[in-house]
Amino acid sequence: MKLALPKGQLQESTAALLKEAGFAIADYRKGSRSYRPRCEGFPGLFTKVFHERDIAIQVAIGNYDLGICRLDWVEELLAKYHSDAVVKVGDLGYGKRTLYAVAASSSEAKSLEALRSRSQSLRIVSEYPNLAESFALKQRLRRFQIFPAWGAAGVYPPENAELAIVAEATSKRLREQGLVPVAAILQSSACLVANRNSLEGKDLGQLLAALSRPDVGDVGVEEAVGVGAGKRARRSVSGEPVVSLALPDGHQQPHTIDFLNRAGLKIDGYDAGKPTARPRIGLDGVMVKVIRPQDMPLQVANGNFDLAITGRDWLLDHHFRFPSSPVEELLELGFGKVRIVALVTQDMPVSSTDDLRELKRDSALRVASEYVNIADRYAYDNHLTPCKVVPTWGASEAFLPEDADVLIDNTQTGSTIARHNLKVIDTLFESSACLIGNTEAMGRLDKRERISFLVEAMRRGVEAHPVS
Amino acid sequence: MKVPRCKGTRDLLPQDMTKFRHIEAEFRNCCLGWGYQEIRTPVLEYLHLFTSAGTLSPDMLGRVYSFLDWDGWSGERVVLRPDGTIPAARLYVENLQNLPIAKLFYVENMFAFEGTGEESRERWQCGAELIGGSKPEGDVELLSLGLEAIARLGIDPVEIRLAHAGLLKTFLEGLGLSGEQEAEVLDQIFSGNVDVLADIKGRNPELEKQLQLLFGIKGSSPGFVENLRSVCAPSLPALEPSLNELARIASLLTALGFGYRIDFTSGRGFEYYTGIIYSFYSSGRRLGGGGRYDELVPLVGGGSVCASGFALYVDELMDLAEEMPRRERILVKAKDGEGLKDSLEVARLLRGAGYIAEFDLGYKETSGFRWIVDMRAGEGIELIDQLSGEKQRKSSPAELLNFLEEMGSK
Repeated sequence: MKLALPKGQLQESTAALLKEAGFAIADYRKGSRSYRPRCEGFPGLFTKVFHERDIAIQVAIGNYDLGICRLDWVEELLAKYHSDAVVKVGDLGYGKRTLYAVAASSSEAKSLEALRSRSQSLRIVSEYPNLAESFALKQRLRRFQIFPAWGAAGVYPPENAELAIVAEATSKRLREQGLVPVAAILQSSACLVANRNSLEGKDLGQLLAALSRPDVGDVGVEEAVGVGAGKRARRSVSGEPVVSLALPDGHQQPHTIDFLNRAGLKIDGYDAGKPTARPRIGLDGVMVKVIRPQDMPLQVANGNFDLAITGRDWLLDHHFRFPSSPVEELLELGFGKVRIVALVTQDMPVSSTDDLRELKRDSALRVASEYVNIADRYAYDNHLTPCKVVPTWGASEAFLPEDADVLIDNTQTGSTIARHNLKVIDTLFESSACLIGNTEAMGRLDKRERISFLVEAMRRGVEAHPVS
Repeated sequence: MKVPRCKGTRDLLPQDMTKFRHIEAEFRNCCLGWGYQEIRTPVLEYLHLFTSAGTLSPDMLGRVYSFLDWDGWSGERVVLRPDGTIPAARLYVENLQNLPIAKLFYVENMFAFEGTGEESRERWQCGAELIGGSKPEGDVELLSLGLEAIARLGIDPVEIRLAHAGLLKTFLEGLGLSGEQEAEVLDQIFSGNVDVLADIKGRNPELEKQLQLLFGIKGSSPGFVENLRSVCAPSLPALEPSLNELARIASLLTALGFGYRIDFTSGRGFEYYTGIIYSFYSSGRRLGGGGRYDELVPLVGGGSVCASGFALYVDELMDLAEEMPRRERILVKAKDGEGLKDSLEVARLLRGAGYIAEFDLGYKETSGFRWIVDMRAGEGIELIDQLSGEKQRKSSPAELLNFLEEMGSK
């Protein structure tokens, strides 16, 4: 019997639920990092820890019999892939949140009517692109663009999107971020999901009985959605053309801060460890926002941002998907060096990509990666057919060997590779942090001067600490 | 490793293609005869052509094949054409708006996801559109054209079922449902699910009863429309224009001697329909349908131009169409070397006379051929009739052709 467990926010409550049900799982508690926690009292149970988003997918394709994740991720999968392979067995009652369509409180269009009557295309950014699309279709929005994001979707409105689809526990939290809910799309909490074939053909009774909680009742929304006035936005958009710069969050943040200091660019409110969406830069007509590095090339391509600090890996992933995209690397910044490698488990009898091609297989080779387009290109260039690319959303090492054969991932020191009993069979390329820009924006008279000022400052930052 | 065809698709084998081309040819000839001109729109269109309000329902849009193109970083999605009429309206707006009336037809494939395995995800349609005419006579012309095309395929009898989108929409508006509810109910009716009507709880119980009546009875004469008028129009005068249109079409069809059934449960169709909706049925199967869509051209950016059109489903027609007479196949056994030229010449003459002349490339089984022309033995041409087993000798190709013509083999 195979059970997929969520990592992150649901970890603590899920561990408590399992303990209460008599399935104490060692190494699975708040903040624990083991991907294969073991349940001592139940030897027939195999558990693996995934990003919540992957759980719905893993259960749907039948790699796992049961899984625990929030309902919004199940619906995100089903919105695009009309499948009856996933059965929602029951609500577990914790991890409540609501998926909202939100606009910036400073924006003019804060109601569905106002949004519907817009003549221009509506930009919608979300970690839930499929639900965003079905929301747009149901609301009869005439013309819209969906920007899938890895995170920080709430930071985009009003300058870089009219709407964001975000999950939050309360609408109060949204207001604190300068957002107003336009619609509540879905109420969600942790739920137990099962693969239909497993449910029909396997005996899961013991686990199901322990994990089903019939007393939980409906998921309550903590407050009704109203289109309130909200706080005025902290900054208004001036009529003057603004150059926009995107800075990364996550583990690139401390290195980026050091680098910007060397470049003499003083940015307030961009401190390691503190969440900030909109730091301030002491330059007129320059706006800074903090978003995920994965999302930057697409955002720069669209002109939502003029400049961004991201990794070459993400730029390349973008260019493989959109070869004529107007984004280019302007500077190599010299930090955040990683190698993008192909990994397999130690016991797999291959030592190179060529060996992989020769390997006798009964089924398609499964290549997992966060870099979907790089993985796709790797399989294509190396004639690895038939092949399936399995997109992942973090914790990718856990996919090998049960749920994927090869992993395309980045590595800095190799310690993660060793810890998970993996080996490198190929190095695809080396990547480091870089400044990327929109080629069209750089030619614009109203932006050119400010852009070259920023680029020059960063060039000096690189020279102050030469690329080794 | 054997690679099967993609899920939800079908292969058209030689015998299927023969039928397909026959249907296509009859439909084309019929349309050309009525003064319609052929168009072909691209397989790829922008998604927003179809999301423009009121053109395709969210349910249908949820099943289109949409994706980001290689330059789709702006998030602009393209789709594999899910419908023929909307692209035809776009083509008209882009290229033909100067024409007072555009009579267009197409034979095109449509794509929509289908998960049950009962239908194909790629469906061919023969469609005709009359853009620029607002008169009921235009709808009747299209109906007649559709019937003629079906009749040419030997499909008989064909039943016409009529409904009216304007009338349905006015009714639902009268019920005082919320905008969202109204759209949902209309969606259901257009998808052929009229059970949804039983659950409607509006603000007007009297209209609800009338709606049940509307869906409960079926008529087959202009008198039926007048009956409807007496029952419904007093409480909902806004129905008058739709009733007038329906009455006009019914009386025209009666005058032309076409049988029909007014049946509001048959109102399958698209959200862009505004007036009459019709379906063609035979042997209990829906062969196609159409209707009036006066608001579509403005919605895709054109002027205020009325339009109407229909489409026939090739898959259905292929199942029901009569077997058509096949051209006679003749097997030519050719001489080697010097004599090959003579054999080629005989085959050429046979093809010119309308026969299928195939060279013998080592057939083991020749029962598919009525005649075998053997050029190998001695002087002249040996002709074998496989029906009777008789052999005879013809001295020249001309004599051979004369003989075959007399035998009525063409």
